[in-house]
Amino acid sequence: MLRLEAQQTFGPFRMDVEISAPRGTTALFGRSGSGKTTLVNIVAGLLRPDVGRVVLDDTVLTDTQRGIFCSPHKRRLGYVFQDARLFPHLSVRKNLLYGQRYAPPDAKPLDLMQITELLDIGDLLDRRPAGLSGGERQRVAIGRAILSAPRMLLMDEPLASLDNDRKSELLPFLERLRDNSDVPILYVSHSLAEIARLATTIAVIDNGHVSFSGPAAQVLSNPRAVHALGVRETGSILPATVVAHHPTDRLTELATSAGPVFLPQVTHAPGTVLQLRIAARDIILSKTRPTDISALNVLPATITEIHPGAGPGAAVGLMVGKSRIVARITRRSVAQMALEPGQSVYAVLKSTALAAGDEIQAPPALSL
Amino acid sequence: MSFGRTAFRTLGGPRELGAWLGPEEWQAIALSLKVAFWATALSLPLGIWVAHLLARPPFPGQQILNGLVHLPLILPPVVTGYFLLILFGRQGPVGQFLETYFGLVLAFRWTGAVLATSVMAFPLLVRAIRLGFETVDPRLHAAASTLGAAPASVFLSVTLPMILPHILTGAILAFAKALGEFGATITFVSNIPGQTQTLPSAIYTFLQVPGGEAAAVRLVVVSIVLAVGALALSEVLTRRARARIEPSDAQA
Repeated sequence: MLRLEAQQTFGPFRMDVEISAPRGTTALFGRSGSGKTTLVNIVAGLLRPDVGRVVLDDTVLTDTQRGIFCSPHKRRLGYVFQDARLFPHLSVRKNLLYGQRYAPPDAKPLDLMQITELLDIGDLLDRRPAGLSGGERQRVAIGRAILSAPRMLLMDEPLASLDNDRKSELLPFLERLRDNSDVPILYVSHSLAEIARLATTIAVIDNGHVSFSGPAAQVLSNPRAVHALGVRETGSILPATVVAHHPTDRLTELATSAGPVFLPQVTHAPGTVLQLRIAARDIILSKTRPTDISALNVLPATITEIHPGAGPGAAVGLMVGKSRIVARITRRSVAQMALEPGQSVYAVLKSTALAAGDEIQAPPALSL
Repeated sequence: MSFGRTAFRTLGGPRELGAWLGPEEWQAIALSLKVAFWATALSLPLGIWVAHLLARPPFPGQQILNGLVHLPLILPPVVTGYFLLILFGRQGPVGQFLETYFGLVLAFRWTGAVLATSVMAFPLLVRAIRLGFETVDPRLHAAASTLGAAPASVFLSVTLPMILPHILTGAILAFAKALGEFGATITFVSNIPGQTQTLPSAIYTFLQVPGGEAAAVRLVVVSIVLAVGALALSEVLTRRARARIEPSDAQA
């Protein structure tokens, strides 16, 4: 458990945050310039906050009031930078092993082979960083951080410098890492898609302050968070179990707590629980069960909350079976349909994508 | 004309190299190599430290240090030699101190030649190494520290290996400069054959005596060979060390 409290002033910009990162992957989400990297640097000890405290488990790393400041090299936090920062004069193998010689003797030694296999970098060991692609460099940087036997991994936009193909190539490695190691991760990103796949806890940083924080599913389905998360990308998570594949029309049937859902065929065996990511703008609400409609996925829902935004839109919180999701529709529709909390409606899902916990690439969003 | 003819005859002779150079000439070359070697070896650690200080973010006194290091480059060498004589001569404050407490005499000894050539070569050494420090990305230091390396370890395991090409260049430049230094050396330690007569002093002496031209030309040739050789060696070493670090920055 990491606890971070920091106040920092940069000219007119003021930052004042309190964040708790429990076990698992905690995502710091926010637009560029919202101060996320500053926070990670404070945790890593690369920056001293004006006023602040950083406590990992029961070790105080920084406490400005008590005058405690632990040097970065004594913190044992593995930092994966946006720009990899591999040592150009060392081979990939020596880069990977760099942190091991400084790890304390009581640290659980990690197996180089196991990590290189996890990250698929076994073929690169004797090469030099300059000859690697962006994705390979970032994988080596991740391996180097893990092999230093850190108490926590800090990842600052590890995918931001990569193109979309490389991003989707690297995401499964990050998921495997999250699922196969008990090292907690602090993950900074401005991409909601990444965070929805990786995070177990989310803290939304907005203008130097934490506007929302909590378990990922809760934050993502909070209608009030829609604006902070970004109107276009926001989406909630709906767990679903694979029931059957229908090869004739190339669909997979899944069961949710509110009824069946069909997806373009996935490879997972029946019984697998998947996390479906449903974009808020891809939900249509209907007061009656729509018939004669092309959409396959229609789920009964109850309105929990309506939150009008500053613009033409409104975020509608829905209870779908046992899950909460959020839909974004126009304020005009809310008025015309006379929607209000407690009402029963039908949620028509235009498209869905697979989110965290899956090992395959998210299929392209398809209108069903 | 006679100079040219002498040079031709001297070079064209089929004699062995050992016999080609007279004992006095050999002495001058050997002394020069010894002086240049010690001058480079002894000033290298100090040069790395000073270059490191100069490459760091500004601190009070940095510009004064920078000026002091570069002074010998701008001052007439004779003036530098004169200052050395005043400070390190047997009557000078530092010279007296060294003689009283360490029994070390520099003036008019080969050790003094080491000091004089060190001072003269120091700016070249520092400039080359400082350039190296400035090319090392400080973000790599941050990366190394998060991996557990203390500042001293970061310096030894990241900074030094990365600036090795620059250190080599600086050392070879300093060596070449020390081989050829004349003004400050002759002022501080004079021109005593077998003791303080270095290569350039010997050339100067041979040119002053009648019939010394042939010997002077032979030493000129040796000087040119050593200088060009050092330059070529520095180029090769630098390229090789650099290629190890960045075999083309092409990204796949």
